Amino acid sequence: MSSSIIEVENLTKRFGTFKAVDSISLEVKQGEIFGFLGANGAGKTTAMKMLSGLLSPTSGKAMVAGFDVFKQQNQIKKSIGYMSQRFSLYDDLTIKENIRFYGGIYGLKRKQWKEKGERLIKRLGLDEVEGKLLKDLPLGWKQKLAFSIAILHDPKIVFLDEPTGGVDPITRRQFWEMIYEAAHDGITVFVTTHYMDEAEYCDRISMMVDGRVEAYDTPEGLKKKYGVKTMNEVFIKVARP
Amino acid sequence: MENQNAVIVKNLVKTYAHVEALKEISLNVKKGELFGVIGPDGAGKTSLFRIMSSLLLPDSGEVNVLGIDVTRDYASIRKKMGYMPGRFSLYQDLSIEENINLFASIYDTTLEENYENIRYIYSQIEPFRKRRAGALSGGMKQKLALCCALVHSPEILFLDEPTTGVDAVSRSEFWEILQMLKKRGMTILVSTPYMDEASLCDRVALMQDGRILSVDTPAKITTAYAYSLVAIKTNEKYNMLSSLRMLEQATLVYPFGENIHVVSDKGKLTSEELTKYLSAQGMENWEIVEVAPDIEDCFIALMNQHVAA
Repeated sequence: MSSSIIEVENLTKRFGTFKAVDSISLEVKQGEIFGFLGANGAGKTTAMKMLSGLLSPTSGKAMVAGFDVFKQQNQIKKSIGYMSQRFSLYDDLTIKENIRFYGGIYGLKRKQWKEKGERLIKRLGLDEVEGKLLKDLPLGWKQKLAFSIAILHDPKIVFLDEPTGGVDPITRRQFWEMIYEAAHDGITVFVTTHYMDEAEYCDRISMMVDGRVEAYDTPEGLKKKYGVKTMNEVFIKVARP
Repeated sequence: MENQNAVIVKNLVKTYAHVEALKEISLNVKKGELFGVIGPDGAGKTSLFRIMSSLLLPDSGEVNVLGIDVTRDYASIRKKMGYMPGRFSLYQDLSIEENINLFASIYDTTLEENYENIRYIYSQIEPFRKRRAGALSGGMKQKLALCCALVHSPEILFLDEPTTGVDAVSRSEFWEILQMLKKRGMTILVSTPYMDEASLCDRVALMQDGRILSVDTPAKITTAYAYSLVAIKTNEKYNMLSSLRMLEQATLVYPFGENIHVVSDKGKLTSEELTKYLSAQGMENWEIVEVAPDIEDCFIALMNQHVAA
């Protein structure tokens, strides 16, 4: 039915003698919400950097949006959006300026970013504050805006690195509804989180431990396999054997 | 019983330029209690913790810790309290051992003298005692920071978001340590943005936007939930959410773990009505699941009340 948009086979990254990512394999389907979980230091960030064309792998194979992570890193960068808790938008630019800046970076024409930007501002209900500096917005709004801007250029995949850290429970859910909507529109979502209830929101999940993918299934399937009721329990069983 | 209280906070106000970080906060923490301050970023948790640990002066209000007015007599309270800031603030280029010795000497004591007090935690990182703090994993850094906060044998601990950004395994290990410290009589105040950690505390204060929404035991907070709550299980979350949003009686509709939660005023929406509505909407493959509200449901309801008020 749906075709795969990320295909990873035995992907490895070595730093000296240390294997940060140790021969991982996985597949993400188009329009899927894929949860990429793991303990601190398990290799998630390194793996994500390779998949978004920011870091060359040591060995293995991976195709992202139809491009090879070894040879076509620039094409990958153009086909994806990226957002993290730490790196998102510029605090000393206004909402409008941020939209224009990122629109420009992703190669949108003036007419395109103007149209898309206006639609975005209206949809998030930011009409009255579009001229405000970003630093004057509450954290939750910033994160929602950052996500909207990360998909402004209609990427095939959006990578989200702990997008909801520290955000209040209502805004956190509004954020996830934006994720559902993006997935509904066909954008593939690749997301990391430390909130285990958010793992339940994903269609499928992988869990990394010490550079390897140790669990890989739907949340339902994982709970059944480990005979537990919550993803938190699954995580603890997988990461602390 | 005033003398049973380890911490008394009264009408605390703190304002920065244009932001009211704390809007007349009051709370008491009993001796030997494990007390959680739970809320998102920007709720005012860090301001509150800094004021309670004498690192920041309030605009107005009173703070009494272990019988000492912290705004007047900060020197005496600092000997009796341990503080762990939210950001890792130890010396990255000193080893584990050197960091602990440094903190011990600041308090005019030694690691040896207090070894028994921190043995349980220190033994977990002792094999790496020569390693630089900067080269430690997140979980180990956290344990080191806790050792440094405990090395002078304080009577009360202030831990500002010790588990933020830490994975679920390290988080549960850290809470095991807190339970152990509590058993030994330590009073502990801990702040966290993770609602699921509430159940691990004796009492919690739910904080949002510079205010305390509720203070009580986790069980009493959930029992006091004033609405009726229904969970719906479905694979079609996006369509289900859109559909439920149009249902007038549903005050709040939000994703919650594997289900969708539907909140309504008590007696305003029966399961039959809900079933009828969803069938009429053409929704298929879903079921209603019995759930009890947890702390996060309560937090959401309280936040919503506040916005509405």
